[in-house]
This record gives sequence, C-alpha cells and structure tokens, in this order.
Amino acid sequence: MSQKLRYAYYPGCSGQGTSKEYEQSTRAVCEALGMELVDIPDWSCCGSSPAHTVDHRLSSALSGRNLALAERLEGVSAILTPCPSCLTNLKVSAHKMKDPEFAAEVNALLDFPVRNTLPVKSILQAIYEDVGPDALSPKVVRRLTGLKLAPYYGCIMNRPPDIMEFDDHENPIAMDRLMEAVGAEAVPFPLKVECCGASFGVARRDIVQKLSGKLLDTAASNGADAVVTACPLCQMNLDLRQDQINVANNTSHNMPVFYYTQLIGLALGMTPSQVGLEKLEVSPMALLDSLPARAEAQAQAAKKPASKGAQS
Amino acid sequence: MNVIALSHSQDRDFIAQVEKESGQNVSLCYQCGNCTAGCPYTFVYDIPVHQMMRLLQAGQKDTLLSCRSIWLCATCQSCTTRCPNNIDVAHIVDVMRHMARREGYSTEYGVKAFADSFLESVEKNGRAFEMGLLLRFIGKTGRFWTDVDLAPKILPKGKLSPLPHKVKNPEAIAKIFERFRQECQK
Ligand code: SF4
Ligand code: SF4
Repeated sequence: MSQKLRYAYYPGCSGQGTSKEYEQSTRAVCEALGMELVDIPDWSCCGSSPAHTVDHRLSSALSGRNLALAERLEGVSAILTPCPSCLTNLKVSAHKMKDPEFAAEVNALLDFPVRNTLPVKSILQAIYEDVGPDALSPKVVRRLTGLKLAPYYGCIMNRPPDIMEFDDHENPIAMDRLMEAVGAEAVPFPLKVECCGASFGVARRDIVQKLSGKLLDTAASNGADAVVTACPLCQMNLDLRQDQINVANNTSHNMPVFYYTQLIGLALGMTPSQVGLEKLEVSPMALLDSLPARAEAQAQAAKKPASKGAQS
Repeated sequence: MNVIALSHSQDRDFIAQVEKESGQNVSLCYQCGNCTAGCPYTFVYDIPVHQMMRLLQAGQKDTLLSCRSIWLCATCQSCTTRCPNNIDVAHIVDVMRHMARREGYSTEYGVKAFADSFLESVEKNGRAFEMGLLLRFIGKTGRFWTDVDLAPKILPKGKLSPLPHKVKNPEAIAKIFERFRQECQK
C-alpha cells in the first residue's frame, strides 16, 4: 500500500437521509484507513431502480452525469460508492455505454459526455481489495470477539457477475473476512444474496415482511446476534421495519442490523456516536456491552478442552 | 389451467420488439425453470418468470403486458445470474415493463406511483427527497396511513429531512428529463 489511495466519491441520496449513519461511518473508516474520498462536485441522483424501470437511456443519463463529473477530477483511481443500488446503476450505465450507439443516445441527454475512463467500485470492494483484511487487522484496538454476525450482502452487490466483477455471486466472502479481521464471527448464512423486498416497503409492505422476515428468521436460527449489511435499503427493511415484520409474522426478533463500516469503526477505536450507532432502530448497545463477558467465556471454553487434551 | 390458441394471438412483432430492446435471444430459453426456482417474488407473481419467457416465445403480448409480475419484479438478478443459457431475464422483464408503461398498462398502481413519485422528486431537486417522495406517493394513491407507524421511530433520529437536499443546479437534472421526453418519447 505504498501508493496514495485517492478516489472519486459518490455518497448517494440515502446517505443524506435514512442511511446517515452509513455515510458517517464510511467517511470515518476510509479516513482511518488512509483512503482519501473526493466528493464528486454537485453529484445528483443516479435514478435508483425507478429510472431503469422507466427507460435505460434515462437511467444511464442520470448515472452518466455523475460518471462524467467524476472523470473530470484530478488524480483519482476509481469511483466509489457505499450503496449497492447506486453501484449497480453506475456500473450498468458504464457497461452499457461501451456500446457506441447507446452511448451516443445517452450523451445526447447530457450537458457533457461520459468518457468511461474510471472503474466503479463499492466502498466494500475498495476496503477489501485495496486495503485488505490483513492490513486492517493490526489496526484494531478493540476486537469484537464474541460477536456473531450474519453477513448479508443483498441481491445486487455481486450480481450479475459479468457486470459487478466482484467477489463470488452465490457466496460472497469480502464482508465475512473483514468482520473476522476485526475479531467478530461470521455465522453460516445461506441467504447472503437473497432479496430483502427492495423498495417495495411503501407500495407492497407484505413483500418486505415476507422476504425480510425470512432473512431475520434464518439469521437467528443460525446463531447470529446481529445482521451486518452493506446496503441502505436492506438495512432499513431489516431494522426500521423489524416491528412491522414481527407483527406480520408473529415473531419477536430484536436483532440489531449494523452497517459493516460501523463495526470496523468501533474496532478501530471510534466511539458509538462517531459511527452513528444511536441512529439504528434496534439498539445494539446491550449486545455490544455484553461482548467483554462473552469474549471471556469463549476464552475459558477454549482453554478447557485444550488442557484436557494436553493431559491425556 | 389457461389454454392459449397460439395461432390467434401470436404477435411476432412483439417478440421482435422485446428482442431488439433487450438485446436478448428469446428462443434460447428451453424452460428449465431455473429462473423461477431462484425468484424470491414468485409468491406474489400471477405468472412465474419461466412462464413469462414461454409466453414471450409465443408472442402473447396482451397477457404479458397486463400481468402483475412485470411490476413486482425487483430486478434482483437471480434469474439472469442463474440462467444456463445466459439470457438476461431480468432485462427482458424490465423491457416489458417499459413497454407496459408506454402502452398504458399498469396493473400494480402503487408500484408505478412509487416509481413516478421518486422520479418527480429527482427531476425537481436533482436528488431523491425521501419526505417529499412519501408525500407525493400519498397524494397519488390516497394511502395516508402508509408507514405512519414508522414516523415516531425515524423522526427523532433526524434521518428524514423536512427539506430537500438539492443539487446546486437542479435545472441541469431537469434538463436531462426534458431532453429525454423530447428525444426518446417522440
Ligand atoms: S433459467 Fe433461462 S432457460 Fe431456464 S427457464 Fe429461465 S429463462 Fe428459460
Ligand atoms: S430479477 Fe425479477 S424475475 Fe428475476 S429473479 Fe429477481 S424478482 Fe424474479
């Protein structure tokens, strides 16, 4: 890691609203890891899912404006965004605009053309690939030993693989490895890339209750204390709507749903408010307070069979 | 079971149009059912995704453009990722939704109203404005009680701003929409 890590940064609309704590912890963690984020000047909405459900040229133009602005920044190696939905839109536009005919149609909608010169990556990909779990681990001042997490990537971070070009599309592991690097345990979670109900919460809440409910059930039955995610929409569905889900499905989950950047931040020594823990709906404080005791219990349990084994 | 008299209702232009707009070869589908097996939305679909593919091969325009499934697909990319014939199934569904919009079919009004509210908010502010979007949605659908139970949870956390976060020059984004209407919608 000798060269300077400098990126064009696309925060995304939800970072100013419902995922403020993701935005805040992302910036803090990147700074602590020596990743310089240069905000794309006057960035605008990527169009999210609604735009691509209307027309791909409109969707690509809304994303394309941001690609074009980012390409005009000096000395940046990639465009980064924390949000998988923004990521998909930016990557799909960049991909489709490799076709000159399509690019011409999209550029005709814009004030200045997209040159398609920078790779687009998620913050997760950049932390995983450009910094890496091995470099993260020695920086940890507070290991999250005893914390059992269901790592949930959401449906579009890694799919379709030929466009997203990151990690495994059925069983991604980047977040698992980063969580292990900060001392937490990633429990087996077979629904890593299943859909949470996406943006149907408002129009068809029943869908979110069913799909997100299944995620919480599976996380709990696999022994997770909490879910860790990289997606604002997934986080909101699982956390903010957890009561709605409980009522609809007759369950009683009380499961914190962290952003992975919040947990990395805590492990790097940041305070709960620096990573915005108070903004989570299901409070994780009791769980986090119980970690020292759990770590102790784990250490004791690890000692016993080992000493027995040594005697025999 | 629905029986379709293919010779009466097959619309070959429709097949050609979907293929052109999606860049996919519809005849490659051999009905293995992998797409449906992985589709998390089958439980709310009126037509499962592999059946949409079959109906598409048979040129059943009206059945497809008037179905609810095309509005309920979340573009989760499971079907596209798992199709053994590398068909971008999610893209095909997206294209059928575009056609349904253009031709005035809308069988899940709430879903359409949500997308419209979102884009209106972007056109006006340059960025999505969550509070404004909700109000627009309520205005369109009359569903005042939508998520009212979430308000006491989210408001004290300062996450839902009562004012939009505008870009410096919202006209630049409004212009994208304007040109789109002029150039792409005839
Ligand atoms: S997975 Fe592909 S080939 Fe199989 S039924 Fe679906 S679209 Fe057809
Ligand atoms: S993209 Fe749509 S049709 Fe395909 S699996 Fe996901 S929800 Fe189902």
